[in-house]
Amino acid sequence: MRSAEKITHCAGQTRQWGEELAAHLKRGDLVALYGDMGAGKTVLAQGICAGLDVEEVVSSPTFTLVHEYHGRSPVFHFDFYRLSSLREAEDLDLDYYWEQKGISLIEWPDRAEAILPDKRINVTIVTVEGFRERRLIRLRIPE
Amino acid sequence: MNILGIETSCDDTSAAVYDGHCLKSNIVSTQIVHRHFGGVVPELASRSHIQIIVPVIQEALNQAGLAFSDLEGIAVTQGPGLAGSLLVGLSVAKGLSLSLGIPVIGVNHLEGHIWSNMLDNPDLAPPFLVLIVSGGHTQLVRVDDWGKYRILGRTRDDAAGEAFDKVGKLLKVGYPGGPAIEKLALEGRPDAFEFPRAFLDKESLDFSFSGLKTAVLNQLRAHDEGWMLSNRKDIAASFQEAVVDVLAEKALYAARQEGDRIVCIAGGVSVNQRFRKRLSDAVVPEKIRVLWPSPSLCTDNGGMIAAAGHFYLASGKSSSLSISPMPSLNFA
Repeated sequence: MRSAEKITHCAGQTRQWGEELAAHLKRGDLVALYGDMGAGKTVLAQGICAGLDVEEVVSSPTFTLVHEYHGRSPVFHFDFYRLSSLREAEDLDLDYYWEQKGISLIEWPDRAEAILPDKRINVTIVTVEGFRERRLIRLRIPE
Repeated sequence: MNILGIETSCDDTSAAVYDGHCLKSNIVSTQIVHRHFGGVVPELASRSHIQIIVPVIQEALNQAGLAFSDLEGIAVTQGPGLAGSLLVGLSVAKGLSLSLGIPVIGVNHLEGHIWSNMLDNPDLAPPFLVLIVSGGHTQLVRVDDWGKYRILGRTRDDAAGEAFDKVGKLLKVGYPGGPAIEKLALEGRPDAFEFPRAFLDKESLDFSFSGLKTAVLNQLRAHDEGWMLSNRKDIAASFQEAVVDVLAEKALYAARQEGDRIVCIAGGVSVNQRFRKRLSDAVVPEKIRVLWPSPSLCTDNGGMIAAAGHFYLASGKSSSLSISPMPSLNFA
């Protein structure tokens, strides 16, 4: 397991960190984005997408569940926020997406961890008590 | 021309029959789902579409007093939406098209929302402006002509309806948050809290509601739950006001820019009474008319898809049987 930590001081820096992470991603990679509401998961996803040369507007997929973008590889941006059971996650037919060998970003992965591949890049965004804008970003990559 | 409209892009399964003048039926799965699932309603996802789509279509035909042989065309949502969910509607539509020997047309879900206004206002004629506001979308669209659309602005992060639901969750009002927030707000003061209005760049017609959601969150983090419960009417009212301020001002700005005299709203959030009032008040000095569809046409429904599809099919256009889901379909 490789890991790294980074402190960012504003949303712009979080986005920038996402862009840098994107340079290391390859087709088939899955990035799980953990963090509470308002932590900056969508901001990070926007940064990653920018780094993957996605030109479309990257907005929150909370209601629509999945957004598909076209960068240097297909990008699937998931949001499991509204899922209330594993069965609902299974209904999304995730294998259909994995088979396309795109790069997948998943917000609220905690709602369906049991059916996610173990081999994934975990990113956790933590708000820092006392600082409205500051975030601690933890990266964990399985060997 | 009797057109069957099928909509399965997100949570709801819906079918409707429209003949060019009259919406003869418009069935949404939630209306009949209790009969078929014994009260256990699957909240979302594509597998429930498969289970319910045939009874929904049958009910739409029954209410219209028609048989399959009376249908002359089929309109079906092709995107944007969830790939698996769209596939259910498209597969059924193509199967019916083949077996009945009638044409099928793939429809853009967002174009459907635009047409929902025509169903309640048959004299509506382009050019006009539409603000589509729902859980999944927030878009300002210029209708240059039927079939010719330009996106003037869209959300850069959260949709307005999503912000309502997430703030509803923070205020513990239950799901869906939109109607619950609106109800709470009736008894709250809209000026009690100063939440941010994201107008972005001066000329921009894009939207952003993520910062507003976070501002509410920060306000709540500074206090305990007891404080939240005793202040949540004011928070709800102040939050709602911040959302509708931005929606109304951007719509007004766009109408001025385009020289439009009609602004339509569509999507689930357009049932919000405060939104309607705020927008109507904003455009009074400009002599602009604001239109909105009846509630059952605001949320996702097959009627709006049938109406859009009727326009194309009546003018001789149709799709091939090889059409497939387009999850990220947008206006060109």
